[in-house]
Amino acid sequence: MLSLYGTQLPSRLLLGTAQYPSLAILADAVKASAASVATVSLRREAAGGRAGGQFWSLIRSLGIMVLPNTAGCHSVKEAVTTARMAREVFGTNWIKLEIIGNHDTLQPDVFGLVDAARILCEEGFAVFPYTTEDLIVAQRLIEAGCQVLMPWCAPIGSAKGPRNLDALRSLRGHFPEIPLIVDAGLGRPSHAAAVMELGFDAVLLNTAVAKAADPTTMAVAFAKAVEAGREAFLAGLLEPRDMAVPSTPVIGKGVFA
Amino acid sequence: MKLTINGTIRDAFASTLEELLSELEYEGDWLATALNGELVHRGDRPQCQLAEGDRIEILSPMKGG
Repeated sequence: MLSLYGTQLPSRLLLGTAQYPSLAILADAVKASAASVATVSLRREAAGGRAGGQFWSLIRSLGIMVLPNTAGCHSVKEAVTTARMAREVFGTNWIKLEIIGNHDTLQPDVFGLVDAARILCEEGFAVFPYTTEDLIVAQRLIEAGCQVLMPWCAPIGSAKGPRNLDALRSLRGHFPEIPLIVDAGLGRPSHAAAVMELGFDAVLLNTAVAKAADPTTMAVAFAKAVEAGREAFLAGLLEPRDMAVPSTPVIGKGVFA
Repeated sequence: MKLTINGTIRDAFASTLEELLSELEYEGDWLATALNGELVHRGDRPQCQLAEGDRIEILSPMKGG
């Protein structure tokens, strides 16, 4: 079973909660897919507003783990303060640490990420860093105290799927003991299956489900793909071969010539 | 006293963060507060004195990816 910072999770699918047509459809998608974790954020509440409370009570009713994020933060200070505020509101040490370095690509600022991860790990946070597929950054994050890594596979919301399978495979090979979650860039269930076949431990996605014509059915499709990819990894995949190899036995074939 | 609340400058009578939340009709146990970029814990709001020009953030749970 997947274990993240000591918490056992029955499903390897983590879902974002944004962009759904409605809160009811979000709840259906989470339930139907049996996703184990939902990501949430903190935003300014208008005076007298109740929207945040309504959203939070719906998420609590789903009975799954909550992973607050620092989405939209561009500096270490912003991200660290947001993480501390999220811990108070959501009552969890878990934090998806996100420090954006570029507006167009939403690429993580990996230098700030390592600094913020060090601060938050020292404060007892369970840091889930949203990072690139860079091997050395991954090493630095682990040195900073991260026990889970969440590399992107393509830019957030791009639906492009794994752009750099070699680097993802390399991460898996270098850190066999660290739970690796592909976060961002997955567009289709086949993308999720592909990274799970590499031995990734889980996937985190949002847009591909929320923006589907039928988010609930798409969430189920992703859940199946994640499971299929995981089982394929455990079963041991056949490596590609350059030449054809007959599957039907050659010996014993009738001779008619 | 002029304060910047969630990015908007406005006048307030409150002298503490706790009073400010009531004055602005915020309620609920799901709010997080920060003063000049630093978290103010829920339990510290009654003692948290405000001063002219302070920047206050009042955040609450929202959808996220």
